[in-house]
Amino acid sequence: MAKETKTLNLNFGPQHPAAHGVLRLILQLDGEIVEKADPHIGLLHRGTEKLIENKTYTQAVPYFDRLDYVAPMNQEHAFALAIEKILKIEVPIRAQYIRVMFCEIGRILSHILNVTTQAMDVGALTPTLWGFEEREILMGFYEKVSGSRLHANYFRAGGVHQDLPKGLDKEIGKFCERFPKIINDLELLLTDNRIFKQRNVDIGVVSKQDALDYSFSGVMLRGSGVPWDLRKSQPYDCYEQFEFKIPVGKNGDCYDRYLCRIEEMKESVNIINQCLANLPVGPIKTDDGKISPPPKKEIKQSMEALIHHFKLYTEGYRVDKDEIYTAVEAPKGEFGVYLISDGSSKPYKCKIRAPGFSHLQAMDYLIKGHMLADVPAVLGSMDIVFGEVDR
Amino acid sequence: MQNIQDLEKILNSELNTKIKSSLIKHNQIYLKIGETDLTEVILFLKTNSKTKFRQLIDITAVDFPENEIRFKLVYLLLSHEFNQRIIIEIDVKEKEIVGSITSIFPAANWMEREVFDMYGIDFKDHPDLRRILTDYGFEGHPLRKDFPLTGHNEVRYSHETKKVIYEPVKLEQNYRNFDYESPWEGTKYIKEQTKE
Repeated sequence: MAKETKTLNLNFGPQHPAAHGVLRLILQLDGEIVEKADPHIGLLHRGTEKLIENKTYTQAVPYFDRLDYVAPMNQEHAFALAIEKILKIEVPIRAQYIRVMFCEIGRILSHILNVTTQAMDVGALTPTLWGFEEREILMGFYEKVSGSRLHANYFRAGGVHQDLPKGLDKEIGKFCERFPKIINDLELLLTDNRIFKQRNVDIGVVSKQDALDYSFSGVMLRGSGVPWDLRKSQPYDCYEQFEFKIPVGKNGDCYDRYLCRIEEMKESVNIINQCLANLPVGPIKTDDGKISPPPKKEIKQSMEALIHHFKLYTEGYRVDKDEIYTAVEAPKGEFGVYLISDGSSKPYKCKIRAPGFSHLQAMDYLIKGHMLADVPAVLGSMDIVFGEVDR
Repeated sequence: MQNIQDLEKILNSELNTKIKSSLIKHNQIYLKIGETDLTEVILFLKTNSKTKFRQLIDITAVDFPENEIRFKLVYLLLSHEFNQRIIIEIDVKEKEIVGSITSIFPAANWMEREVFDMYGIDFKDHPDLRRILTDYGFEGHPLRKDFPLTGHNEVRYSHETKKVIYEPVKLEQNYRNFDYESPWEGTKYIKEQTKE
């Protein structure tokens, strides 16, 4: 006599520590095997795109910090590049170096968070404590340069808001000397750890073809063996002047993605070191008074500077009628901005392409046939942050 | 890497009857096609060995309420092999139903759901066309230009009924949309106020 079985519906979240934010996941279970996963997102939807349409270009920048809030400056970068391309602004070389440096700091910030919290999801607490100590230092750099630990609002079309404060480059240099040892310590705890491997190897395997079909980007794509990185293939700012490697995975499982992230952190340290070694002197934003505000000193003496300052902070600068898609390699994948300007000082439309959105979409495909306990492992290795998924 | 001009020529010769216009701008190809040819063109771009646009980056819409054909649907595709990007545009009337491309790109599923949620454009043969980003039971399409920035409803926890309740939006202060573009003529909202 066949035993009667029944599938069980389980509501995972919206408040669950392993969901890394507010995700409601409705799981259909047969025993402990997941048959279907239906993610309900939008619990953190703030209408960013609508708000941006109602703000000037300068006022729109802070909204980008609030998307992927663990690596804020990488998002600002995509928006700044979009405006620069439409307005054909030349960015001074020092500004480009500073931007690249802080994007790489953002990458380390994001990868530390992801690697260590993924370890915590599968049962290891120590990496989180060690990793967060380093994040604290990195956020200190953010604070020193922009005045804010998280929501930096630092990149502008045409450069950055202000120059590095005195001595910050030395501090970052010191961090880069010390940090490889921390990565090493994390690796000692995790890479050959039996439990960590049991929980991650061969879990959430993505084939090359599926990674392409599901619009994966970043580590999710490289973990499956596709050597694609926008910093190399479509270099923006001064990335082509740096030497760095693109780590590529082999099996496309959670463990390979973890290894990719560890290697990327080492490469980021490498890039920051190159930035510091060759940091040029000079201006940090374009000198076009119609786009970047004048220095305070000039406002006191020059009538023209005063007018520029007034116009920039009331009306803002106008952007010619155009339409453009720009993308950057954010820590989580391809972060893109599809911008339509109509000649006024506010964007007509600003679509934000968040990498996490397409990654989370594949949850059902990734988790089918896995055990319930693998849900946090897969979710963790996708590197989901709800600020950017929900927008 | 394939030259972008060559690629545009290939597209124009292979798909010439389907393309309304093509343009190279910012190192990307902008293609305008008819709404009925959409699935065919996307399938061609994905499978043809000379184009290989094998990744769908995003789908979005743009609202032009003053136009007769109100919406523009935009499909962004990427070819890893040739390192090229293409932007495909189709014009869509209000209440017109567009063919879904979920059978070509599974990733289109949520992207089309988002367009449906934000703009109210329907997709034919979509496996699961539900709202995605907005609240359960939400009404209206927020990214349409005629949808107010503040929305229609606000929520709060009511101590009397011991649950979260929905109420029409009440603003303590009017939302003031300063029009800085013509400071000498006075802003619209002041003109409207003085008329009354």
